[in-house]
Amino acid sequence: MTKPASISIEAVGKTYGSFHALGNVSLEVGAGEFLTLLGPSGSGKSTLLMALAGFVIPDRGAIRISGENVVDRPANKRNIGIVFQSYALFPHMNVFENVAFPLRLRKCDRAEITARVAATLQQVQLADLGARRISELSGGQRQRVALARAIVFEPRVMLMDEPLSALDKKLREEMQIEIRELHQRLGVTTIYVTHDQREALTLSDRIAIMNKGEIVQIGTAQQIYNEPKNDFVADFIGEAVVLEAGLLGFSGSRRFDPSARLAIRAEDLRLRVTGATEEHASLRAKLEAKVFQGDSWLLRLCLPDGRQIYSRVQKPDEPLVGQVSVGQSVTMHIPVHKLRALQ
Amino acid sequence: MQDMVPERISRQAPSHAHRAELRSRVAHFAFVAPSIVLVAVLVLVPCFWLFWLSAFDVDGSLSFENYRTVFESAGYRSVFLTTFLVAFATVLVTILIGGPFSLFLVNIQERKARLLLSAVMLSFWTSVLVRAYAWLVLLQRNGVVNTLLIDLGLISDPLRLVFNFSAAVLGMVHIMLPVFILPVYGAMSRIDPDLMRAAASFGASRSQALRQVFLPLAMPGIAAGGVLVFVMSLGFYVTPAILGGGRVYMIAMRIERSLSNFTSYGAASALGVLLLVATGVILGLSYLAARTILKVR
Repeated sequence: MTKPASISIEAVGKTYGSFHALGNVSLEVGAGEFLTLLGPSGSGKSTLLMALAGFVIPDRGAIRISGENVVDRPANKRNIGIVFQSYALFPHMNVFENVAFPLRLRKCDRAEITARVAATLQQVQLADLGARRISELSGGQRQRVALARAIVFEPRVMLMDEPLSALDKKLREEMQIEIRELHQRLGVTTIYVTHDQREALTLSDRIAIMNKGEIVQIGTAQQIYNEPKNDFVADFIGEAVVLEAGLLGFSGSRRFDPSARLAIRAEDLRLRVTGATEEHASLRAKLEAKVFQGDSWLLRLCLPDGRQIYSRVQKPDEPLVGQVSVGQSVTMHIPVHKLRALQ
Repeated sequence: MQDMVPERISRQAPSHAHRAELRSRVAHFAFVAPSIVLVAVLVLVPCFWLFWLSAFDVDGSLSFENYRTVFESAGYRSVFLTTFLVAFATVLVTILIGGPFSLFLVNIQERKARLLLSAVMLSFWTSVLVRAYAWLVLLQRNGVVNTLLIDLGLISDPLRLVFNFSAAVLGMVHIMLPVFILPVYGAMSRIDPDLMRAAASFGASRSQALRQVFLPLAMPGIAAGGVLVFVMSLGFYVTPAILGGGRVYMIAMRIERSLSNFTSYGAASALGVLLLVATGVILGLSYLAARTILKVR
């Protein structure tokens, strides 16, 4: 079993002409950690991943894997397992040959290759599909072959570039859990790129939120969700709105500076006060639309100054939705302890 | 009586559907008919006429005299040999130059690749005759190359660069390169670049990745290009005639001579038929080979 590596990204930058793909990115990843790079398109997350892989050479900075700087090392000498968004399975080889490819390059003998490929296929639940051609596989199966191929040679680092984006919701959620379990079993340091925040929350030990080539915040899923540092993070993770404290009505003892910017999650913006002892802040808005979304209702509200905010009403409060009508002015209640002041 | 009712119904219902289908089939045929007629008149009829002519000897009686002449005469045999040699040599050199060039095009920026491709196309659109004479200007006794080498003092006597087998092949490679590069570049550019990156990430060197991933995937395109070049080379006239200086005797030239000197349509047709048959056999074999290779994999 290869020892998992620690990764240290030190002040890495990459510019394409006038476009700053990566600004000044620094990041420490512990051995065996599962870290997700989360951000919108163009945030630099894929560029950073490709720099780690060796397909993008940074203009400045260092990338250390287990201490040594690999920036000058070519991609084929970094011993990193990669799962590409398009899977990049070799169409002219069958499943077995695809998974055996890294081992053949390492000149393992035939018996060892057969054994290790079989064991890896077993791990990704593709045990008897070795002879199948890639074209005969479903999307989910191809995904697993790509995974198997990336772990069969026990790399010290795994990189995954939005590997689940081509799958349907149900399969994606299944695979997320499987990837998590696989990671826990193998313990290999993994860097995962996605733009889906739910995926990030499911899989990661830590999440690094990226925007415009910079890391905006790093933390555990709970840290990022409950303590967003700024507007961007608050907006990106979960559905949130940022309002000035002066717009809210406070009846209790807790007060905020009227100019303070508060992040409020859509599910904390409620139609009624929950619990008589809890302090609540109130907000008046006009109900513009209510949409049934299966497990919850989404309400679109309009503030006096014209801004639109969203409220997510969960099942227990569903009857209240029927009591308010579009065009009506409603009072929303927010538990004060859920209000997050941003810098 | 009971059985007859369902029968009548089942015979009525399909006739409705049948009529509609027939109508649509006639409509489709009507669209295709003009091109079928064109192909029939301009291609099939002359081919049959060719077969027909080759079956009659000088006296006008039905015989295989013409084919016997072709097979038995050493002169004819050497013409076939030369033609196939030139074609093979052309394909070989075209692949050796065109293959790496197409690979190069795939790996540079798309804008630069497009520029280079249009340069290739420029050559393609230049007349075959003009290109052959251009080579003459360069390679002949007092041509550009010889003059330059003599002026530089590298040689004292002009080199025999033209009016031989190599010059003919060179000229034909020049003609065939665009014909080869375009489909091969097309096939290569359809190969997902992530595949090469994946190969590299697993430890493959550039040459390993090319050999084990890229080449197998590009092979169908290269083979198709190669077959095309070979078949075209078999029937070539102008370039080997000009650059070969009479020393490179291809089937097409022999046919022309039979027609102009002896007006023996019989012999000329026989040659034409044999060329057609040879081409058909080669294409058939390549098709079967391709099928077998793809099935085995």
